[in-house]
Amino acid sequence: MEEALNFQVIIDNLTYFMIGRYPNGPLGGLGLTMYLAVVSCVLSFFGGLILGLLSLSRHAWIRHPVNLFINAVRGIPLLMVIFWMYFLLPALMGKTVPEATTVIMGLTIFTSAYMSQIVRAGIQGIPKGQTEAAISTGLKPWQAMLYIILPQGLRNMIPSFVNQFVSLIKDTSLAFIVGVSELTHVGTQINNRTMAYPTEIFIFIAAVYFVLCFAFTSFSRWLEGRLAWRKSI
Amino acid sequence: MIKFEGVHKWFKKLHVLNGIDLHVKQGEVVVVCGPSGSGKSTLIRTINQLEPIQEGGLIVDGMDLRSKKTDINKLRAEVGFVFQQFNLYPHLSVIDNITLAPIKIRKSSKKEAQEQAMELLERVGLAVKRDAYPTQLSGGQQQRVAIARALAMKPRIMLFDEPTSALDPEMIGEVLSVMQDLASSGMTMVCVTHEMGFAREVSDRVVFMDHGVILEEAQPEEFFRNPQHDRAKQFLKQLLSPMH
Repeated sequence: MEEALNFQVIIDNLTYFMIGRYPNGPLGGLGLTMYLAVVSCVLSFFGGLILGLLSLSRHAWIRHPVNLFINAVRGIPLLMVIFWMYFLLPALMGKTVPEATTVIMGLTIFTSAYMSQIVRAGIQGIPKGQTEAAISTGLKPWQAMLYIILPQGLRNMIPSFVNQFVSLIKDTSLAFIVGVSELTHVGTQINNRTMAYPTEIFIFIAAVYFVLCFAFTSFSRWLEGRLAWRKSI
Repeated sequence: MIKFEGVHKWFKKLHVLNGIDLHVKQGEVVVVCGPSGSGKSTLIRTINQLEPIQEGGLIVDGMDLRSKKTDINKLRAEVGFVFQQFNLYPHLSVIDNITLAPIKIRKSSKKEAQEQAMELLERVGLAVKRDAYPTQLSGGQQQRVAIARALAMKPRIMLFDEPTSALDPEMIGEVLSVMQDLASSGMTMVCVTHEMGFAREVSDRVVFMDHGVILEEAQPEEFFRNPQHDRAKQFLKQLLSPMH
């Protein structure tokens, strides 16, 4: 194997890597990866917030089932969750569900469970005196949570959120298993077709994931810096 | 205004309030003192139900705290509370700290709430700090903002839980003078404090507690000149001459 790497295969298939057959067919490649990641990211942010708040509920009949659900999901490999969605959703809905939706549901449920723990820790990390101060001025407990605890807690949660979302971006590659033509799937397709350049193709795909995740991490650093409240005296 | 009748409270097995009877009249300034662990902070925290009680009766501003029908949030709006650790909201500016509750609970307009907040800031001498954030203020300034925040709800009772204990000595005076000013305006006040000068000059009555029991209740002059109970004598001796 004296041959040098030949990246011509990447250049020849660049559009296919980036957007699949779009606009003449469905969106694929990197475009679909980003679509899956962004939609799941937004949904699991709210999912995690809701699950996290419910897991802190004063009422045991809310708290216990929610914690059971969270622990169950955290104890299952993501691949299983996606499989379950793939077979379960159509059965439950009584009709076929697009594979991308299946994957988004799986990613959302899985990531929400992890996000809920970040939310829980973030809320519990705010000193109890903050809640006491708020309710002692007559604010109702939900108002204390909304105006006092969450705004402080969410800022502290940003680094953990970012970790989780970087994982999420990489986890979209598991959509490959149910035939969703995201970046990894497109890579294997091209590899199967050309047969001669697996190294080049998978180096390229790894690089694309890296750039995407790195850009996201850098953006969040910048955001953290902007949101940090004044500490100067 | 505030009436404790045979109040008991337990933390698990620890009996922190052991049969408290206390009556605070409108406009009265009562200082609660006693050694640490005596239950004085718990006592004051039961008045706005930051700590629930398990036995006995407690009536605050005509509201029966043991009744299920009493709206605790409404009660808390009428009772101001000042904490040892200030507990200002670090993500909000001074003015927003003060106006939050009046806007959300009293449904004041933003303009109205801000005007009132500025009056209060004038009163505690911090009008120039309206846009500062809590971390930019000294401890004494933070505590004065915290008092303004509590007053913004126009409470009928003010509770102070060791308001000067977390302060450097040179900042204690500025907070005490705000409290003194408040007392002379006729506010009903209950203060847990070790500031005996404040107790002597400002309060109408001193309550001495130990082990969850009120051991002595007297006019300040009488309490300081001639404490009746042995533990009160010992406490005063230690407090007034800590080196011996």
